[in-house]
Order: sequence, then C-alpha cells, then structure tokens
Amino acid sequence: MKRAVVAILFFVGLVGIWQAMVSSGHYSPVLLPPPGDVWHYLVEAAKSGELAKATAVTTKRLLIGYFAGCLLGLPLGLLTARSKYLNDTVGVLALGLQTLPSVCWVPLALLWFGQTEAAMQFVVIMGTLWSVLIAVENGVKNLPPLYVRAARTMGSKGTHTLTHVILPASLPYVISGMKQGWAFAWRSLMAAEIFVTILTGVGLGHILHYGRELNAMDQVLGIMLVLVVIGLLADKLLFSPWESFIHRRWGTARN
Amino acid sequence: MSATEALINPEPAKLVVDGVSKSFTTRRGKLQALDNVSLTVSEGEFVCLVGPSGCGKSTLLNLIAGLDVPDSGTLSSDGQLISGTGRERMVMFQEHALFPWLDVLGNVLFGLKLKPNLTDKDRVEVAKYYLHLVGLSNFAKANIHELSGGMKQRVALARALAPNPRVLLMDEPFASLDAMTREQLYEDIQKIWAARKKTIVFVTHNVREAVCLGDRVVLFSPNPGRIREEFPVTLPRPRDINSIQLASLASEITRALKSHLPTA
Ligand SMILES: Nc1ncnc2c1ncn2[C@@H]1O[C@H](COP(=O)(O)OP(=O)(O)OP(=O)(O)O)[C@@H](O)[C@H]1O
Ligand SMILES: [Mg+2]
Repeated sequence: MKRAVVAILFFVGLVGIWQAMVSSGHYSPVLLPPPGDVWHYLVEAAKSGELAKATAVTTKRLLIGYFAGCLLGLPLGLLTARSKYLNDTVGVLALGLQTLPSVCWVPLALLWFGQTEAAMQFVVIMGTLWSVLIAVENGVKNLPPLYVRAARTMGSKGTHTLTHVILPASLPYVISGMKQGWAFAWRSLMAAEIFVTILTGVGLGHILHYGRELNAMDQVLGIMLVLVVIGLLADKLLFSPWESFIHRRWGTARN
Repeated sequence: MSATEALINPEPAKLVVDGVSKSFTTRRGKLQALDNVSLTVSEGEFVCLVGPSGCGKSTLLNLIAGLDVPDSGTLSSDGQLISGTGRERMVMFQEHALFPWLDVLGNVLFGLKLKPNLTDKDRVEVAKYYLHLVGLSNFAKANIHELSGGMKQRVALARALAPNPRVLLMDEPFASLDAMTREQLYEDIQKIWAARKKTIVFVTHNVREAVCLGDRVVLFSPNPGRIREEFPVTLPRPRDINSIQLASLASEITRALKSHLPTA
C-alpha cells in the first residue's frame, strides 16, 4: 500500500515537473507540448481506432516472431549443448549472429521478403532466436551433473530427463535468455517500423515516424508512452510470473 | 497397485562385488581408483565403508548404483548382473542432490512418478508416508532452500526410500552436518532401518559413525583403492554413539586404519 502511494506520487510528480517546464515559457510548445495535449492526442487516436489498430499490427508481429524464435531456439539450444558437432557448427554460428545487432537484418529481410509482414517477423525471429539458443545452451552446460545422475538412479532417462530435469534445472538461464531475446526483438522491430514503410500494415513505429514528419510532438510523445506501457506489460505478463517462481524456488534474492 | 501395496517392504537384496577394478584417465595419467575389490553384502545387512579420502569409496558406490561401469570384474544384486541404474538400488549422495525447481513433496514424488501401476493419489499418499517417517510432514510444500542442512538430508532420505528400493546406497550423507543433528539422524536411520529392512551400504570418513550404524565395517586403503580389513560389529542395537564399548571398538578400528596409511 505504502509502496503504491510512493509510486503514484513519483509519477504524478514527473508529470507535474513536465507541466511546470511548459508553463515557465522557456521552451517552445512545438518541442515540448503540455501533458494535456499528449493526453488529448492519445484519446483522439484511441477514439478513431487508429491506435488500437497500430498496436494490434505491432504486437502481432512481435508475438508471432517472438514465439517462433523461442520455439526454434529452445530445442536448438538443448541440442547444441548435448552434441559436440552441433556445438562446433550451430553453436558457433549462433554465437556469431548473436553479436550482430538484430536491426542489421532489416535490409536483408526487405530484399528477401519485400515490404511485408514476413520481413518484420523475420527480423523479430532473428532478434530472438540466437539469444534464446545461447542462453539455453549455457544453462544446460552449467548444469551440475549430479542432478542428472540422481534422476537416473530414480529411473529417469532420455526425453524424461530432458523435460523433467535438464530443462527445469536450467530455467533461470532460459528465462533470462528469453528476456534478452524479447528486448532484442522489440528494439529491432521498432527500428524497422520507423525506417521502413511496410505496405501490409501501419504499426506504432510508423505513427511515430509520421509524427516527426508532421512536426506533431504530441503524437511522438504519445506513441512513445504507448511503447513504454507495452514494454512494461510484456515484462509483467510474460516474465514476472516466471521470475517470481524462480526467486521463490531457488531462493535467490529479488533483484 | 495401491498405496498399501506400494508400501509393502520387498525382501532386501544380496550384493556381490567380484574382483572389480576401475581406473580413471586424468591429465596426470592413469589413476587406479579400485583394484580387484571383492565384497559380499548379505540380505538386510548394514555395511559401512571407511577409508581415507580418494580410496575409491564413492567410485564403488557409483558402480553398485549402476551409474558407472567397472573396467573388469562383476557386480550383481541377487544374482542379477548390475548393468545400469535400477529403482531397487537407490542412492543418497554426499551433496543432497535435491531438485531446487521442485518443492519437498515434488522431490519425494520424483521417483514415484516414474514407477508404473500407481495412481497419482497413491503416489502422494506414499510420499507423505515417507515424509512422515523422516519427520517432515509439515514441510511438504516447503522449498528446498528454506530447509536446514539436516532437513535437506532427511528429504533426500525420504526421496531415496520412496520407490521402496531393496538396497540403499549412502555416500557420506551426514558429512556436512553438525554433531547434534548427526546424532539425531543416527537414531532416525537405525529406527528406519529396523522398520523398513534394507540392505545398506554406507560410506563415511567417521569411524565412530561406522561403528554406530554398521553390522560390519570395511576398511579401504588408497593408491590403488583396496579393501584392507573388515570388522564385524556385534554391539546391541539401538546403539548410542557416545557409549564406551562403541568408543573402544572405534579406536581399535582407527588404529588399524592408521596402520594402513602409506608412511611418508
Ligand atoms: N570421474 C573421475 N575422473 C577422474 N578421476 C576420478 C573420477 N572419480 C574419481 N576419481 C579419482 O578416483 C579416486 C577415488 O575417488 P573416490 O571419489 O571414489 O574417492 P572416495 O574414497 O570417495 O574419497 P572421499 O572420501 O574424499 O569422497 C580419487 O583419486 C579420484 O580423484
Ligand atoms: Mg567420496
């Protein structure tokens, strides 16, 4: 309760400072519109349905690409950790590609897929896949062999060991890899949407871009706010439950 | 199978280790961990293996468990050649080896879930029986990191007992515990052994512990790992680790142990 009050006071304070800066008259209202204008823009955009549509386009790209990336990265990570040959091939490839900023995939994706959804999803997958793969591989490699041996004495083998011992034991690594993959995917998607017009749908990045072209600062700030909220929601919905499970079970301190 | 049937004690098994050798190739060359070791453990016997660090006690336990294979020689359980791990031989490791992603009940259930012909309800019932046996009924939903060292070893014991093995292999299970906790566990383990007759092979550094628990104490010496001497222990049970007879037998064995140490 007390924490909620502190948090609310903090954000109200931020808006207050913003409003005070505008009211002081030192700053051009074109560059720094009052909070009310941004709110007004958001309400209008929500009413016209533009905001919901763009949010849907963007989150759909993100979610499809992200889950595809995880679905590929998880088993590949398990396999590269368990096989020397895959480790020397796919493992090295993943390590190299993970260092590549994922926005670098945009030109290639556009040439291959054109200005389409496929291009956007490809970029998101490339952002996700390699981080998840490497995190899973790391988790499995750092696993104490004792767990697998103990499981074997109780009759666990093969796929059962994989799904009931190796995967849950490396959960802390897997989740942090998935989180990193999410961050990469989200950043590269925004970069792509801002710099490239995609013919199959107008995403949040585009609206942000139009905002700049029209010199509509209320629009730019409004969309940025929406992006922040999406980021926070994703964290709360996708990762927080897992993270608190890990903290509870492993007894690691809450960061 | 019902929970009651799952709790019926099976006959303890007889273990025969016959001329077993095992070496490891390390960076510093070949290391003979066990050299021509033979040992017979009869049905329901409690045998303690004692010896200095590195004499191959854990190696032997892992071989009996079926976790590793010997270079030569054979191991058998009730005449059956041991060729891999099996639920009739359960292990309690030196580090508790409990799974942190499961709660206490989940850990005890792990082996039971792999046991066919039981309903999930029966499995939970069996798991709770063993948690009660080790005195942790109230901790079924606790996380592993919330337990003390002694409690963790109790959970590990319950987990090893739950699939109802015929042989229990214990590798220095109490080494990291304080003396008070250990003494409590000696009492518990003797009670449990009396209630649920198992063949037990128990590895320890602690001669007193070995005399307190074992029907027989087997002395190992290192480089290469060999059995040097055996001492039957006929003191009446339950034994008190602080009794005078126990202490005098222990000091006799300790002297023997020292005499087998390589003189520098
Ligand atoms: N996996 C392995 N690889 C290489 N060497 C090993 C391996 N396992 C054991 N050894 C070596 O074999 C010898 C016997 O080891 P073991 O663990 O059986 O000893 P121990 O009697 O259990 O000792 P402690 O009382 O310290 O647990 C040691 O010298 C050890 O270094
Ligand atoms: Mg050992």
